[in-house]
Amino acid sequence: MADFVITAQAQEKAGSLIVNSLIKAGVRTALLIDSAGNVLANCGHEQQELDIDAISLAALAAASLAATSQIAKLIGEDDFSLLFHKGKNGNIHFGRVGVELILITIFGDDVSLGLIRCRVAELSDTLAKIFEG
Amino acid sequence: MALIDLSKKEVHCKVVYYGPGRCGKTTNLLYIHKAMDEKDRGKMLTIDTKGDRTLFFDLLPLNLGKISGFDIRIQLYTVPGQVMYEATRSLVLKGCDGLVYVADPLKVRQERNIEGLEDLRRNLEKNNLDLNKMPIVLQYNKRDLCDTPVPTLTVEELQKDLNSQLNTVYYEAIATTGIGVFETLTEITKKTVRYVAEKHLLTTID
Repeated sequence: MADFVITAQAQEKAGSLIVNSLIKAGVRTALLIDSAGNVLANCGHEQQELDIDAISLAALAAASLAATSQIAKLIGEDDFSLLFHKGKNGNIHFGRVGVELILITIFGDDVSLGLIRCRVAELSDTLAKIFEG
Repeated sequence: MALIDLSKKEVHCKVVYYGPGRCGKTTNLLYIHKAMDEKDRGKMLTIDTKGDRTLFFDLLPLNLGKISGFDIRIQLYTVPGQVMYEATRSLVLKGCDGLVYVADPLKVRQERNIEGLEDLRRNLEKNNLDLNKMPIVLQYNKRDLCDTPVPTLTVEELQKDLNSQLNTVYYEAIATTGIGVFETLTEITKKTVRYVAEKHLLTTID
């Protein structure tokens, strides 16, 4: 696993892609993290209101997806490519981006899961190219 | 795996406290959390079971000031020490940049200390990391037990068991009262930042 060096250009590009594709579609917060739990990009309008602890969220999400991946291996799968949790007021979706990155999306019931899955799948290749080449 | 953010001028490193069960890894983090100013540390995250044993990991993010204009941010992690949680330990080690191996001084734990170090070597290999090339500091914890009738290991015995191959810095500590805790943290931080900087930053800054 190589170290990540993020340039301002890559971050700006990734940020605007996430905003245009997810935040404008009604997603509250989108976080791009790596599988070691580092935050690469943090977008969304509810950061100030909700004060999401991005560092803890990133560490737990990376751990949760890593654990899920081990579960997949136990049942003979390579990996599960996405993870979704439904809450009373908010939902969270985790999708793999490339080999080492994870895109976390937090959204309410006003946004459909299908749309999120579709947009995350679209974004995933472009984001992977930006960061992983 | 260090993360170097050139736009925010931040360097993020991951340091993992490793060691056999009940050796005091979480106690180290709790002491650091208690002793550090709130503006320099984030929230401490723990996932433990009812009996206070770490189930997955503890996480404590710290801000350690600037080097060459870059903000240094360190994330301290612990692993669950019990033998059965090997898979979890391997997951937490993913992308780590520095290690602290905490050893238990009880004579009855001598084997566990040695096995723990072997387990660390094995789990690093699973993540394509080499123990001999990583920054590592040893901490001989619970030195206060040496003054009690409980049979304990001497520093010489611990050195022979754990440090004969690694040949790294060690600190004697009593994590519950903070003795040796910050010495260990300072040393591993220095080593880790130097390790990451030598790999990337020195060339990036130039």
